[in-house]
Amino acid sequence: MRKLLLKSLLRAPLTEPAPAADKDALAELAGKVQATARQRLGRSLSIRQIDAGSCNGCELEIHALSNAFYDLEQYGFHFVASPRHADVLLVTGPVTANMREALERTYAATPAPKWVVAVGGCARDGGLFAGSYGVVGGVSAVVPVDLHIPGCPPSPRDLLAGLLTLMQSRLPKRA
Amino acid sequence: MTTLFDIIGETSVRWPRVTVARKVWEFARQQLATRQWDVVAHWGEPGLVHLAVREHGSGTTGILSLDASGGRFPSLGRECLPIRRLERAIADLVGLTPEDAADTRPWLDHGHWTRRHPLGDASKPAAPEPYRFLPVEGESLHQIPVGPVHAGIIEPGHFRFTCSGETVVRLEARLGYVHKGIEALMLGAPLQRAARLAGRVSGDSTVAYATAFAQAVEAASGTEVPARAQYLRAIMLELERIANHVGDIGGICNDAAFSLMLSYCAVLRERILRAVDAAFGHRLMMDRVVPGGVADDIAPKALNEIEKLIALVARQFRDIVALYDDTASLQDRTVRTGMVRHDLVMQFGAGGFVGRASGRSFDARKVLPSAPYDSLSFETPLLQRGDVDARVRIRIAEVEQSLSLLKQMIAQLPDGPIATAMAPHAGEGTAMVEGFRGDVFVWVRLNADGSVARCHLRDPSWFQWPLLEAAIYGNIVADFPLCNKSFNCSYAGHDL
Repeated sequence: MRKLLLKSLLRAPLTEPAPAADKDALAELAGKVQATARQRLGRSLSIRQIDAGSCNGCELEIHALSNAFYDLEQYGFHFVASPRHADVLLVTGPVTANMREALERTYAATPAPKWVVAVGGCARDGGLFAGSYGVVGGVSAVVPVDLHIPGCPPSPRDLLAGLLTLMQSRLPKRA
Repeated sequence: MTTLFDIIGETSVRWPRVTVARKVWEFARQQLATRQWDVVAHWGEPGLVHLAVREHGSGTTGILSLDASGGRFPSLGRECLPIRRLERAIADLVGLTPEDAADTRPWLDHGHWTRRHPLGDASKPAAPEPYRFLPVEGESLHQIPVGPVHAGIIEPGHFRFTCSGETVVRLEARLGYVHKGIEALMLGAPLQRAARLAGRVSGDSTVAYATAFAQAVEAASGTEVPARAQYLRAIMLELERIANHVGDIGGICNDAAFSLMLSYCAVLRERILRAVDAAFGHRLMMDRVVPGGVADDIAPKALNEIEKLIALVARQFRDIVALYDDTASLQDRTVRTGMVRHDLVMQFGAGGFVGRASGRSFDARKVLPSAPYDSLSFETPLLQRGDVDARVRIRIAEVEQSLSLLKQMIAQLPDGPIATAMAPHAGEGTAMVEGFRGDVFVWVRLNADGSVARCHLRDPSWFQWPLLEAAIYGNIVADFPLCNKSFNCSYAGHDL
């Protein structure tokens, strides 16, 4: 273990450096957001992820946000275990009939102000699964949605850009 | 009548389907009960139930179909435990009643669908009823209900723990939360749409599902797939296997509170996904495998990049494995935790690393090989202990095997076309593909216009989920995430 740790210490960080502001929209957003985030929420934004019926593809990419390349926490985002600790609900999948109540209850358990981000094509309108007897529809069919991040699944970069956009925009607080 | 061959007769098809009388169904029940046969899949359609089996010893495979036009069929689940949830799913989806069934509770239908029996007569929904968990009685026992929304970034399912102090004395899982009705969406779907649906049954196994669906469709329509396409599919399958194993090994160690492994594994997984994205145009390789072949060819430069990736993964993975080996405190958590007995994996016919960590060596790439696996050299790693550590070690060994397979395939990659045009053709076809989690089984019936008449997709998790309930027995509650991650069953693939 010592050898590995030593190697990691000597190596440059993997976390992708912020490119010149005019070149990379993502980095540009990132810089602004740190200021916005501090202003609006103190120091951080807590995210509670909910799979309301996804194929688990979106979950894989949400997991990737925490790896050293994206390092989501550097922007002040933090995944939490309970909706009661959350500011943002990150919801994936078409909402299945069997998950509807769980989603409603999780939303209700999240203290205001809160935002809902619907992740992936299915979360927008049910995607390929729309119209099924077992699917209610997109996330907005069950709880109010503030932002959609498209993609099947959205890449970690798309997810990051979307979350940063949420921070930046002056969305009305939902009481 | 003593063997499966006697029932099926001479055939050139790997999964012949024969309609049988009740007498033969009774014989099947005995063969399953005495474990002469493994159940591979069990599903229904209006007036008909199907049972795909594999015979031990001879290795004969086939599908038996029984008339159920009276809305009933004899249950096989009294003595064959893996059948029980499948029968409950048939009752929910098709509305056929298994006679004398040991467990008559609904499974996938939670009472919220807009239709009841969606694959059958599609009657009006019943009002939701409270689910009857199995009764547990005893002094000083307490219950912990968990889910469907869990603490991590994970799919939904409900786990009902009964504990004595810290120790779990029973776990009962309730699944079906992410049931989307994929098989009903398949009814009448054009091939292209059906293939996209198949690729989204379980996102982490999208290549395995898309390949199994494509192979079933090709078997149904008699389509020959070009050799290059077969190789590209297998290359993608092995890349998918490596990416998932690497990510999960990190996840398992993280659940034993050793996050350093997760950091290294997550970086390696990201490197793999980026190389895959550059080579195939999608990080998870969704919709790259299509009926008839593959969607896009791989550029020679991209192939070089994959070769470089293989070398990089081999190098970095070695360091990661050494870290696992050298950390006694980590192995203290994984060794002898979440044990699954050999006879249980045999009884349930559990595939993938769950089976192979407990001494069941089934690997569809070896046992029922399709090109190009029949011409490649690789081993199926096997261990006996069946604990979390064994499952980790099987996956480590599988990554090494997959790297070797990739090298062989890239060296031998044939030139030529990457797809055959699909001509509309009525027929039935079946396929089994070894995904990272185990064997994915797909059966399909095509209409004359080429659209899908019926399709059944069986995830390997069906025969692994019940074993998780056995694995956690006698362990502490706090080790459940560790045990669960070491199985990593698919909720989406199971719930369908």
